[in-house]
Formats: sequence, C-alpha cells, structure tokens
Amino acid sequence: MARDMSDKEIMKMELEQLQKEVKNTREPVSKTAKEICEWVEAQAAEDPLVKGVPEDKNPFKEKGGCIIT
Amino acid sequence: VQPQPDAKMCDQTFLAITFGPCDNCSQNKPLMNIYLKNEPINYCSLCVEMMACQGLAKGETIHTLKAESESLKSKLEEERAKLHDVELHQVAEKMEALGQFVMKTRRTLKGHGNKVLCMDWCRDKRRIVSSSQDGKVIVWDAYTTNKEHAVTMPCTWVMACAYAPSGCAVACGSDEEKSIQYVVLLYVFVILTSSGDGTCALWDVESGQLLQSFHGHSADVLSLDLAPSETGNTFVSGGCDKKANVWDMRSGQNVQSFETHESDINSVKYYPSGDAFASGSDDATCRLYDLRADREVAIYSKESIIFGASSVDFSLSGRLLFAGHNDYTINVWDVLKGTRVAILFGHENRVSTVRVSPDGTAFCSGSWDNTLRMKVKGLAVVIGVLHHPVVSAPRAAGELRNIGHSFPVIYS
Repeated sequence: MARDMSDKEIMKMELEQLQKEVKNTREPVSKTAKEICEWVEAQAAEDPLVKGVPEDKNPFKEKGGCIIT
Repeated sequence: VQPQPDAKMCDQTFLAITFGPCDNCSQNKPLMNIYLKNEPINYCSLCVEMMACQGLAKGETIHTLKAESESLKSKLEEERAKLHDVELHQVAEKMEALGQFVMKTRRTLKGHGNKVLCMDWCRDKRRIVSSSQDGKVIVWDAYTTNKEHAVTMPCTWVMACAYAPSGCAVACGSDEEKSIQYVVLLYVFVILTSSGDGTCALWDVESGQLLQSFHGHSADVLSLDLAPSETGNTFVSGGCDKKANVWDMRSGQNVQSFETHESDINSVKYYPSGDAFASGSDDATCRLYDLRADREVAIYSKESIIFGASSVDFSLSGRLLFAGHNDYTINVWDVLKGTRVAILFGHENRVSTVRVSPDGTAFCSGSWDNTLRMKVKGLAVVIGVLHHPVVSAPRAAGELRNIGHSFPVIYS
C-alpha cells in the first residue's frame, strides 16, 4: 500500500508506470472526437433525458386524482 | 634476516596530476581526476575502486528518480500533444444544439434520518437503494415512493451502496466499521472496492477471498466505475492524489493515468460507449478524458462555479453530463459542445450523489438534506461480512460496484 512504501519506492513505482505509459498507442483527437460525436448522434434519439418523455408514457408523472363520472 | 624497510608498493601506476585531500575520504593521497555526472572530482585510487564496485545501485537516489520521472512526464505530454489536433467542441460545432432543458422534480424520497451519502438504481429501472449517515440502507420503489426494505447497519456513515446487476442483492460499505457488509436476497459473486489506503481490490464474495489488488494511487481512492461490459475488463478510479487511473481487472495493471485536475477527484464515470470517462473534482470542474486519444479533451467549468463536484453521471446517449455540487445544485452540461444547459435546484444541502436510471428516463440525486429527489424531462438477511484489511484513512470506503456472475473473472 502507498502508505507503507518509502518515498523512494513510491518514486520508483511512478517511474516504472511512466515508462510503460509512454509506449501506449494513441489516436489523434480529430478521429476519436468524431467517433464520439457519431456515437452520441446514433444514440440520442433513444435518450429520454435529451428528447423528453411524453407525459402519458412517463412512469414518474404525478399520480392523478380520482375523476368521478 | 634483516628487517626490510617499509616499501610503498604501488599495485598500479597512474598519472597523478595532483596530490591532496581526496574528495571522498579526505586523506592526502595522489588523486585521480575523473568526471562523475559531468562534474570533475578528485578521488584517490582506493575511493575510485570502491565506487566502481558499488555498481549500478549507485546514483539512484530520490533526486535522480525524480529527475527521470519529470523528464518522462514531459515526454508523455509531448506524445499526447502531438495528437491534439482539434478540440472536441470544434468537432461538435455542426451538431444540432440541445433544446431548452426543463426538468421537474417528480418524487422526493423522505425517510432517512440523516445525510444521504450514496444511491444506486436497480436494473428494473424502478427500485433504488440509498444509504445514509444514520446507518440505514433503504430500498425504495421509485414509482410509488414506498420503502421496500430498510436495513440498519451496525455502523454509521454508510458511504457506499450498490445494486447487483441481478437486482437481487445490494452491497454496502462503511469506513467506520472497516468492513463491507452485503445484504443478499439471492446471489452475488464478485465485488470491486476502493479504499482510503490508496488501493482498489477485487473480492470473491462467497469466500471473502481477495482476488486482485490494484496499486498506483498515492492517496485515498474515492471513486471507481466499471467499463460497460461490452468494452472489456477495465475500470477507472479517481482519488485524492488528483489522478484518474484506468486498470486492467485481470492483470492488476494500471494501463493509463491522467493527472490534470487541481484537487481531489470525487467521482469518475465511464462514457456509455466505453471510449471515455468523466470526472468530478473538488477543483469545481468536471473533465472528459478520451481513452483512445489518451488525453483530457474537455473541461466543464465556469467562473461562477466554485464549489466542488461530488458526483457525475451521463445520460443514456452520453450527450448530457449531470454533476452534483457542494453548493446544493446540479449542473447539466452538453458533453460535446462543452456548454452548460441547465442548473437544477431543490436540495437544501450539498448533493452527494447523482445517478441516471438504467433506461435513462430519470435521474435521482441524493443529498445531505436527507432526501433523494428524482427528476424526469419528463430482507433481508445479512449473510456475511467482508473485512477489507487495510482501510486506515478516516475517509471513504469509496464506491462499490457489484459485477455479478456475468463477469468472467478467473482467479489464477
């Protein structure tokens, strides 16, 4: 655990982690951002908090009173 | 036999340019002029030999490690910057803007005697579990507001609670008791926890066995979230060391890490597609990190927002980000354009938790005002106790996520 390690051991752990991370493969933001936007657009039609829920289909609408006819 | 006079025998000859006190042992001796890390030094031959024998461990001080770390950090930032060829909000410019955002509080769940610290939705989109400082864990029917179960834990400050994907069990955690208790209505198989000691851990619930531990944070880990099951076996954690780390659940390896927040990260949440995650922090900002571009791609902040964000969640499509803050409000952001679309009021104390329902029709917020509020835009028997062996900090057992039996964890 971090608490049990000496400062030197923590620094060594961080160094080894950085050495690994520098080698990760990465893609350009222009490509990944475009894909995120496309994913959202494909899903947005089915997102009730984006497009709203018609009152009659809303399971959380306030319970109505009784109507006596 | 005549006594021989003391003869000074040299076992090696070298060109001595100077004679004087050795920089190392201070004795007056013929000195060798050598360079150590580009600094000229004068050592006697004995000290030079000893230095050579100390081998590779020599020189690896905290300072050299730190210098190497700093230089690698710069290299990492350089590599990341090379691919930062456009901003997310620029790519999102041509997207349709969101309509006016109006949300009404539809239900207020009252019944906790003290601050609500955590809540989670059941997969049936109807039930909610919440936990409180009063030591109670309550399962509610959100449609009717009826309480289905109420369990009193033998401790206060139940910091975390989560529904099992099966909907048949709930796990709760507290740091006071230094244990995680689970209330089981049917079966639960694996639990992932984060702790005040800087680690995360994966447990086999039935045996109480630790399957894997995750080291890499240097302070309390306050939040974690599992990647959507289709995208693989990873999870993200965020903590008081301002870092957000992504982990491989099987190997225990930290695969990516991000350190751009200026204060504690209170909440992390995966993007619904699994390609990104958001974080909320005491620095009053929320940020979006793109996992494939390996960098932060958006900051959600305003000068007027000065209170920390305690909890974040996405809407179903990932277009909206909900963030609960310590100033009692909830900010709603357009994730792609980076603009705020609404502020929601209603709580009378800090918002501790926000969660969108599994079908995206509503979201629920819990607060230190002891209530849970739900908005639309429309037992039990304690069967076991898991002792997390190293919770030593006075805060947070963190967030629990119950993975359930659909998760292919193999203990090896």
